[in-house]
Amino acid sequence: MKKLLAGAAIALAGLTTSAAADGHANYPERPIMMMVSYGAGGATDFQARIVTMTAGNEDALGMPIAILNKPGAGGRVGWNWLATQAEADGYTLGAYNIPHFIAQSIKGGVEYSADSFEPIANWGADPAVLVVGADSEFNTLQDVMDFASANPGKLTTSGAGLFVGHHIAALQMEKAGGFKMAYIPTKGGGAAAMKAVIAGEVLAGINNLSDAFRAREAGNVKILAVADLERNEFLPDVPTMKESGLDVDNSSVNFRGVMVPKGTPQGVIDKLAETVPAMFENTRVAGKMKAGGSPMNIMTRDEVLAMWAAREETLKELLAGL
Amino acid sequence: MEFIFYFGDVFTPVNFGLLLLGTIGGLILGATPGLSPTMAVALLIPFTFQLEAAQGLILLGAAYTSTVAGGAVSAILLKIPGAPANIATTLDGHTMAQKGEGAKALQLSFLSSAVGGIFGVLLLIFLTPVLAQWALAFGPSHLFWLAILGVTVIGSLDSSSVVKGLLSGCIGLWLATIGFDDIMGAQRFIFHPALGGGINIIAALIGLFAIPQVITMFAKGRRNDGAEVIRVQKHPISGAVRELMKNKRAMGIGTITGSIIGLIPGVGGQIAGLVAYDQSKKFSPDQHKFGTGHPEGLVAAESANNAMVGPSLVPLLTLSIPGSPTAAVLLGGLLIHGIFPGTDLFDNHPDVAWTFINSMLIGQVLMCLFGLYVAGMAAKVAQVPHSVMAAVVLGLAVFGSYSVQSSMGDVYVMAGLGVMMYFLERFGFSAAPLVLGLILGPIAESNFIQGSMIASATDGMAPYFFGGTLNIFLIVVVIASIIYSAWMELRARRYTSKEEIMA
Repeated sequence: MKKLLAGAAIALAGLTTSAAADGHANYPERPIMMMVSYGAGGATDFQARIVTMTAGNEDALGMPIAILNKPGAGGRVGWNWLATQAEADGYTLGAYNIPHFIAQSIKGGVEYSADSFEPIANWGADPAVLVVGADSEFNTLQDVMDFASANPGKLTTSGAGLFVGHHIAALQMEKAGGFKMAYIPTKGGGAAAMKAVIAGEVLAGINNLSDAFRAREAGNVKILAVADLERNEFLPDVPTMKESGLDVDNSSVNFRGVMVPKGTPQGVIDKLAETVPAMFENTRVAGKMKAGGSPMNIMTRDEVLAMWAAREETLKELLAGL
Repeated sequence: MEFIFYFGDVFTPVNFGLLLLGTIGGLILGATPGLSPTMAVALLIPFTFQLEAAQGLILLGAAYTSTVAGGAVSAILLKIPGAPANIATTLDGHTMAQKGEGAKALQLSFLSSAVGGIFGVLLLIFLTPVLAQWALAFGPSHLFWLAILGVTVIGSLDSSSVVKGLLSGCIGLWLATIGFDDIMGAQRFIFHPALGGGINIIAALIGLFAIPQVITMFAKGRRNDGAEVIRVQKHPISGAVRELMKNKRAMGIGTITGSIIGLIPGVGGQIAGLVAYDQSKKFSPDQHKFGTGHPEGLVAAESANNAMVGPSLVPLLTLSIPGSPTAAVLLGGLLIHGIFPGTDLFDNHPDVAWTFINSMLIGQVLMCLFGLYVAGMAAKVAQVPHSVMAAVVLGLAVFGSYSVQSSMGDVYVMAGLGVMMYFLERFGFSAAPLVLGLILGPIAESNFIQGSMIASATDGMAPYFFGGTLNIFLIVVVIASIIYSAWMELRARRYTSKEEIMA
């Protein structure tokens, strides 16, 4: 029995060395799993399923990617799992949401930071927008700013939670405009925050551009400003906050992309970093994303690394006082 | 009346085939513990990539309808509620099955599901614009009072004494605080990484209901080898229809409660069954029979949880706000085809909207037919020895709790809560109030925090929580419910012997 075990161990060792020696040229040899730290049907899950649907094509990875949902605690459960328990063998990928996981790691209580993961590529960017009900008396960002300045702490503004893009946008607005708002985090994510705006429970709301776009199409809200560097192609008529005189950059934009846990072999990372952005550019993927009102923004590994570093710096500064 | 023009589209070969597939598949998925309606619909989404918009929605809608009803199968036969919607079904349904009336219970549950379900979809068809306004009327303060109303039910729900009911409700409320608090991000009672995401409701349900039963079966050991757990007597469908007719009151209460509660975003189907069960108990002359395998309770619970399906889609279809997790998944199914719910859906894609809604109507009928067929098959189930049954239920419990979010942590939670519940049950505590506490705790808490944040930024706590017609109405109902329970408790108070409590 002992001999058998020893033999097996040697064989196994042989296998791993041969895999390392060929530089993972054959990767991937079996289907890949991608962890999404939000529930099935949410925006992140929905987009992750679309952008990975062509993974099995020969010109992409040649192997399908299966989505594994690990929801809970605003994404912390899934990212904790990816950082500490997932195998770093290239067959376990994860979806990231910026600024969520970086902001959470700065606030503490989690087992990951930006250093626990290696980005592969970015697929989407969903900026935060300022929305008010369709019958609201506010018509421009200036109206909202005037109200907030005249009534400190009275401008109730809903958003999807604390330390997510919406909250960051609210903090940046307060800092840039020198006024105080009453940020109301809701439990049910962006949908509940949007409902609060439509039902008139709050005076304004910060929400995802994609969801706000839909709500405006349904005639329920007015979109006053986008918290991004440029106007968005879905909403060419809506000004950025900067244009309206509020110095808010794109730190609150919800970037979504693919990452792997630290320790994944470099050969695998290189292979993924090369193929995945091209996979996102597939016309079928782009068509489905556009139809669903989900803005795309494809970035390569190097661009994402730079973006993560920049975000971490801004967020550390912004959250320092909280 | 526009919807009538699109009935033909439901019966094209492909559409009808998908409807059949969704219904049968949904029944099977629903009967599998751990596969909640939300999961079932989410699993089907990738298949709709290749289909046309209307076809995809037919498949998803049929699956939604029939998974809710299918959950009754495991709730009745195995006492594992597949989803929160089926908790109330176990209370009388499983006791009926223990008495050998499993087939009758299944028939009744599918018949009343169909009645409730059809009513719900009709509401969706005719009253959508009115209902949409209703759905918006519930703000944080109202949802808070609604959750408190649910808490007042806890004491009287399926317990030998009010005090024990309240105690297990409190355990549930405490369990609900575990994990990262969703609003402030604070960590509470996280002693183990498995608890980071809080107690998953489905894993908790499986543990609380199924595990005590498994332990009881194992505890009996081999003493009575030939004993069967479920002996299912044959029961004619016509008999079930007659029985249903006898329970018009329960059916009415179930259907109406289910429709109203289904409409409220964020509360949804989780508590529809339980509230309807409690209401029909309060209005019934046979109160003492509830929980002992009384068809009335089963009818109320099942008609409520399917009546909620139609109205739960109102906020999604009209306002583009998904009111429940399942509605959020359906939203994904619409978006993938570039259709935005709301005016766009009804104005520009009436063929998609109405074909979808009509197919849900037809789906209810098909679900009922297949359900009755399944009930007939259940009658052929051979005698199952305890040891085998216990192993099967345990296997399903582990599988079900793992598959919720592919996490071993949920299995530990399921097992831990299950063992705890086994001992609690021996002392006369019951799982249903505990689960209700677990469901209502987060609703009450988050809406209170949110409401108080809004209140302190505007006109203050008192006017916000106590002002407005709807608030006052809900408070009056809360007070009435407390007084009623107290009165019933005092009236029925007798010096219960220790043996009776232990039983």
